[in-house]
Amino acid sequence: MAEPLLRVEKLVRRFGGIIATDNVSLDVAAGELHAIIGPNGAGKTTLISQLTGHLAPNSGSVSLGGRDITYLPAYRRCALGLARSFQITSLLFDFTAADNVALAAQAHAGTSFRFFANARKEKGLRDAAHAALDRVGLLHRADVVVSRLSHGERRELELAVALASKPKLLLLDEPMAGLGVTESQRMVNLLQELRKEVSIVLVEHDMPAVFALADRITVLVYGRVIASGDPAAIRGNDDVKRAYLGDQHVVTHHG
Amino acid sequence: MKAFTVSKAVTALMLAGLVLLPLYSQASGNIFILTLFTRVVILALAAASLNLIMGYGGMMSFGHAAYLGIGGYAVGILAQEGVGSGFIQFPVALAASALYALVIGALSLRTRGVYFIMITLAFAQMAYYVASGLARYGGDDGLTVYKRSDFSGLINLGNRVQFYYLCLACLFGVIFLIWRIANSRFGLVVQGLRSNEQRMQAIGFPAKRYQLVCFVISGMMCGLAGALLANNTDFISPAVMYWTRSGDLMVMVILGGMGALFGPVMGAVVYLLLEEFLSQLTEYWALIMGPLLLLIVLFGRGGIMGLLGRFNRG
Repeated sequence: MAEPLLRVEKLVRRFGGIIATDNVSLDVAAGELHAIIGPNGAGKTTLISQLTGHLAPNSGSVSLGGRDITYLPAYRRCALGLARSFQITSLLFDFTAADNVALAAQAHAGTSFRFFANARKEKGLRDAAHAALDRVGLLHRADVVVSRLSHGERRELELAVALASKPKLLLLDEPMAGLGVTESQRMVNLLQELRKEVSIVLVEHDMPAVFALADRITVLVYGRVIASGDPAAIRGNDDVKRAYLGDQHVVTHHG
Repeated sequence: MKAFTVSKAVTALMLAGLVLLPLYSQASGNIFILTLFTRVVILALAAASLNLIMGYGGMMSFGHAAYLGIGGYAVGILAQEGVGSGFIQFPVALAASALYALVIGALSLRTRGVYFIMITLAFAQMAYYVASGLARYGGDDGLTVYKRSDFSGLINLGNRVQFYYLCLACLFGVIFLIWRIANSRFGLVVQGLRSNEQRMQAIGFPAKRYQLVCFVISGMMCGLAGALLANNTDFISPAVMYWTRSGDLMVMVILGGMGALFGPVMGAVVYLLLEEFLSQLTEYWALIMGPLLLLIVLFGRGGIMGLLGRFNRG
């Protein structure tokens, strides 16, 4: 079997007495859309932060394409092809949409220790930015400052920024957070398109979206993986039902 | 070029005034005004350098006056030791400032926010006390520079008008550089880091490297101001590094408009002229200056440049 694109092995992260990530192991194959779900406080964001390098694990390892990246800083992981979006929109609010994306392209196109030439006139960077904006349907808003974009547009821009670095693996932390019904649907359609080009790890609360999109689903409860499999298997898994619906419900059901 | 705006018109007027000032001074026989404005131009240069890290880079350095001292002492000490050539003094002033900025920056940039302000302040105060301890070079009392930097006939710093134009050329040169830097790849990264460091790390930029280089460039620019200042006053003392001087520079930047290219020049002109004018009126000029500054900062977000910008939006 081929080396998985992302391999997480026995990852442990404690905060004081609380084990937020408890021996988590998971593989993401190239070309896969792998969803991570779990109730609130299951440690999804803690896990993502360790994948992106914003948080160091206490033990265990993370490797990308066979290379150990457990202790690499965030910016180095990005250079290796790992891009992320944030659960809470994190953009350069006083820059235009195009600038936001062009900077991401710039990070991967040669040195940024250039002090004299006007970077906004670099055709390569602008073209890359416009292509990524077009990809998420934001091209018509390219020259608008981020602080004047709607919430839905900002979520799409997050995606364009991540895409501009031409990643091998996209880590999306709740891309649907705060989106309305139609906006959510647009995002699902967009992800359907993107998954053809790039492997995706998707953390999401929106269950219909997850089940519509994912090749595989990993369920996290209290920092532990309680199930991992294709959507059908997860849907039928008793442990998962118990975690989501509560013990009481399952007992009554069985009784 | 974009359309005419009030802030552009005022800026152009101010710059024209600075260029033509020596003519007025000679025509009217008012030498004092040339001396005053030489000081204004030099401190505008220092404020512009601070604006690079503060306005564009979001690094609130409260120790920028240290470079005025370092640049000044480089000139003073070399002159004292018999090295009078400006071709040596000025490069040494820049190199010493760069070295100081590199060390201080590497340490200070580990911190953020208030801690950054405090640690840059602490280092500048250390520099102040080190200078006070230089017994050979006057210690507390300072050091007289008996001979201005010698540029072997190329330009005579002893001539008031020539010296003024040298300072003005340095100011314009530095502002041109800052303009290019601000729109360059490097400048966009630095401004991106000011806006959202976490995001910049996530798209692949190691924050500290860029901030440190920016810090060093800014320090060198201010070191140049220091070297000019020592020539202007024929004297250098620890007092130019005192924390209140760093505060003055910050006020000039904020007053003029942080992150506005010509903001610090505007800030320096207004601040120093007000100081001059008010101190002639009353001994308690600070009592008037303080509230005036407060009003501009409170009601003119973006300083004077911000205020002028509002005229266009009606």
